[in-house]
Amino acid sequence: MTGTILAVITVNRERIAGGAPIFIEPTHEKMQQTAFTLEKILDAMVHEVSADTLIVVRHK
Amino acid sequence: MLKELFANEFVVPLTIGFVFGIMCRIHLLRTDYRQYPTYPHGKIIHVSLGVIASALGALAVPALLKENYTAVTFLTVAAQQFRDVRNMERTTLTEIDKQELVPRGGPYIEGIAMVFEGRNYMVIFTSLIATTATILFNWWGGMIAGVIALVIARKLRSGKTLSLIADTSPAEVRVDGKDLYVGDIYIMNVGLEDAQNIIREHGIGFILTPKDANAKVTIAHPGQRQAILHDVATQLGIYTDTGEPSLTPLVKRDLQSGRLGVFLLPQEKDVERGKAIIDSVPILESVFRMPQKTKLVKKEL
Repeated sequence: MTGTILAVITVNRERIAGGAPIFIEPTHEKMQQTAFTLEKILDAMVHEVSADTLIVVRHK
Repeated sequence: MLKELFANEFVVPLTIGFVFGIMCRIHLLRTDYRQYPTYPHGKIIHVSLGVIASALGALAVPALLKENYTAVTFLTVAAQQFRDVRNMERTTLTEIDKQELVPRGGPYIEGIAMVFEGRNYMVIFTSLIATTATILFNWWGGMIAGVIALVIARKLRSGKTLSLIADTSPAEVRVDGKDLYVGDIYIMNVGLEDAQNIIREHGIGFILTPKDANAKVTIAHPGQRQAILHDVATQLGIYTDTGEPSLTPLVKRDLQSGRLGVFLLPQEKDVERGKAIIDSVPILESVFRMPQKTKLVKKEL
């Protein structure tokens, strides 16, 4: 199964850089909210990389 | 007119063979949870093909007895015809599968298509037997032979099920932060708290333990695993929608022991029925492996 990272959502701006769109949120709750919205918009799955970073991945 | 018809020595054998052939097809045609063939059009197609098949089967022996040897070659035409049945089923089911929430998967479709072809040959066999027996022993002989053929067809109707090769036991679905487990088997990473809560509430899990080395290889096949997911989804419903990839039922394998962790999101949270459904999932013919039949690897596995 190949996946593409469509977006990165984080509360820790220092640790993130790269090709996918990055959404920086002030709090954990805001991060979850944005991830939820993006999941519904993109029809892709949200995964947790670390406690302060989520990625939206399209599988297949 | 009628008198002339009955003067023909082969009318009774042909009729008996023909009728038993059609009975055989109707007997083998049932719509169950697989929702296939659909009523009424799917059924009409298959009954008509069954009529053709039984006519062909009934004709073979009388044609030989009339020393019309070339007539037997039409059996090869029949074989070609029924291979097309398989193609037709495969195409239809593959098209339907694209729109399923939980697809059947290629090997399952192949299995169903193969069954449709095979059943037409069963019909030819039944009518052939019934006609031959009528010619040899009078009408009652044909009846007895026809009934025996029907019984054989019934026996061959259903294949093996998963309960023969694996033990299913309910297991706890554990959402440990982002990690989702069924029992001790890791399933996937769920990042969204909303999805985690839904899984906690609606998820059920099972662990399938293979009974021997053959079973281990068979249930590891992704096609077989997809068949499990599809069967449960059609019978218990599914708590998901299009565009909800976080809520996907999934089967993962424990590499060490070959056990399967089955994670399900049924509409109806019924563990007992879930177990019964998994137990009766057919073992796909194209997936069934028997490494133990090889002398070389007998010991190692």
